Amino acid sequence: MRRVLRRREFIADDWRHLGEEAVAAADARGLIVPLAELRAHPQAWSEHPARLGIRIGPADKVEDLAADLPRLALVAVEFPSPTEGRGYTQGRLLRGRFGFTGELRAVGAAVKRDLIFALARCGFDAFEVAPGEDLAACVDAYSRYTVAYQSGAPGSLTLQRRYSA
Amino acid sequence: MYRYDDIDETLVAERVAEFRDQTRRFLAGELSEEEFRPLRLRNGLYIQRHAPMLRIAIPYGLLSAAQLRKLGDIAQRYDRGYGHFTTRQNLQLNWPALASVPDILAELATVQMHAIQTSGNCVRNVTADHLAGVAPDELDDPRPYCEIIRQWATVHPEFTYLPRKFKIAVTGSPADRAASEVHDVGLHMRRNAQGEIGFEVLVGGGLGRAPAIGQVIREFLPLPDLLAYLEAILRVYNRYGRRDNINKARIKVLVKTLGVQQFRAEVEAEWERARADAPHLPQAEIERVRACFKPPAYACLANIDVTVNREAEFRAWYRYNTRPHGVPGYRAVFVSLKAHGRPPGDMTSAQMAALATLAEEVSFGLIRVAHDQNLLLADVRQQDLYATWLALSRQELATANIGMLTDMIACPGLDFCSLANAGTISVARDIQQRFDDLDYLYDLGEIEIKMSGCMNACGHHHVGHIGILGVEKHGEEWYQITLGGSVNGFTALGEVIGPSVRQDAVPETIDRIVEVYRERRAEGERLIDTYRRIGMAPFKERVYASRAQAA
Repeated sequence: MRRVLRRREFIADDWRHLGEEAVAAADARGLIVPLAELRAHPQAWSEHPARLGIRIGPADKVEDLAADLPRLALVAVEFPSPTEGRGYTQGRLLRGRFGFTGELRAVGAAVKRDLIFALARCGFDAFEVAPGEDLAACVDAYSRYTVAYQSGAPGSLTLQRRYSA
Repeated sequence: MYRYDDIDETLVAERVAEFRDQTRRFLAGELSEEEFRPLRLRNGLYIQRHAPMLRIAIPYGLLSAAQLRKLGDIAQRYDRGYGHFTTRQNLQLNWPALASVPDILAELATVQMHAIQTSGNCVRNVTADHLAGVAPDELDDPRPYCEIIRQWATVHPEFTYLPRKFKIAVTGSPADRAASEVHDVGLHMRRNAQGEIGFEVLVGGGLGRAPAIGQVIREFLPLPDLLAYLEAILRVYNRYGRRDNINKARIKVLVKTLGVQQFRAEVEAEWERARADAPHLPQAEIERVRACFKPPAYACLANIDVTVNREAEFRAWYRYNTRPHGVPGYRAVFVSLKAHGRPPGDMTSAQMAALATLAEEVSFGLIRVAHDQNLLLADVRQQDLYATWLALSRQELATANIGMLTDMIACPGLDFCSLANAGTISVARDIQQRFDDLDYLYDLGEIEIKMSGCMNACGHHHVGHIGILGVEKHGEEWYQITLGGSVNGFTALGEVIGPSVRQDAVPETIDRIVEVYRERRAEGERLIDTYRRIGMAPFKERVYASRAQAA
């Protein structure tokens, strides 16, 4: 059973990716479908009974998801390598511009402790951490910095602190 | 200068702790080289030919005496007793041990310094005019805005993994001593019809492969929108810049591919859409930072002639190494890091310590780094100039060659850098030897030689009056010479004169170029002016003539 880091806690994942084997209580879980699959069979997926999430890659434009977001409970954003930076902007836009309130999940081989602080500040609230990573260190990574110069979701309001002092 | 408050200090301390942990994990085998690489790079650490290289940030080139003293001390204790100042106003240490880098960063933090984002695909050190705040031709001091941008860019959650590096330069003067037109973003301070200060915004300049001059995308950006607009530029770049080919990943390629009109439209649209969410720069923050850059407590003095009855050496130094100051009774003094026989930009720990003390005595305890790899004491009383010259001379920091042919820019080259194709230090030494007569240099006048050991152009060779680029040819080091490049208010890229030449032929080639200049120059013309008037042909003909023909 995969464990996912959600709101500073590792918990049993209640979502599975399309193609992953269903395990016990499968129908209680949500299903994460790649964007290409969703686009290939729009009718079938609109009638699908499961809670739906989608998985997007670095080159996908979040603007194209606007119409889908109301029925999505999760967006999974891929981080295939440690230098891939487009997902940070995808997160910021999904939260700040498109008002997405479901789970915003970072997935991919690069999701390790060193990315978590920045990703959380871009609006990510769940992390499928790469196998082998130290779980306690990932939880600690949320508070690696206690200050920040930028506002931004979820926002550390350092500048405001300067003026309220 | 800017002083850290508790927020700034906390951030740097937390960064040191983070990197200490990352270094420990790498050394323990918990992080692969591929994983550690982007982490170490954004802390200024390269793995070089002989050893790691650590690039320390000197934001907009401003140092306190305590900071310079600390840099000298670090170079002494953790390195080989010297450092190298770069064209981006930073300092590089060439021999630190990897395991001691976290300790070096902790030492830097004690004097409010760091190496954050001096490398890697992120927003790099923000640079400025080295005469900021004292230049008579300046509209306003750009440094408060550099500091505001520095803070905004530091550990930015969204823009830490850009397609490629991103360099910003700010200038408040039309002379553009910051080379802002060859930066990814150049900001020129402007005043609008209402008398408000703002910025002209240029995008897409850069050297390296496919050099390009920045293009204006906004004539006037109001101050409160400074960060919002930069954020719009970076967001467009982060989303659409190429990531499949490192040689096409700079923003200049995106600007070129889209066309500047389309790029501008994308940025303006993003700026508009992001309005609700974008950072607004509060007036209170501008005032807080500006207050740190208030002019020092100048004495009320008159201009005096300090050269009367002084020796010729001092008069030459006064003429070539000092500059006018906006305040009567003061001069700005260049500290030449171009002594003949020494690598351009290098400075020893002893020199750093001595200069720190001198700065405390004669220039309000502040030192500046210029992009042409010299330092400055910006606020020296004219009555102190002679004593300043004596003190600098004792440290071999008074070579009166600022702006002259031997005041050349050079990257560290093949001797240190793992990217380089060819050496630069030995070529610089050969040129210095050939042109060792200062009176001859003064006759030649202002000539900028800029040299890079590879296409990455850290030595800005494209914009040298004479540019020298090291290339590898059949396993040997050869040099391609360009003519006609310039920055400083009129940006132009040099043209290749012809086939590259062997290392031992470089000084002779330079010699032939200046010979043509001496024969053809009109009254008051610099080399670059003569070149613009008569074109490449006469230079080319002489350079490639056989020795007999040339004689």
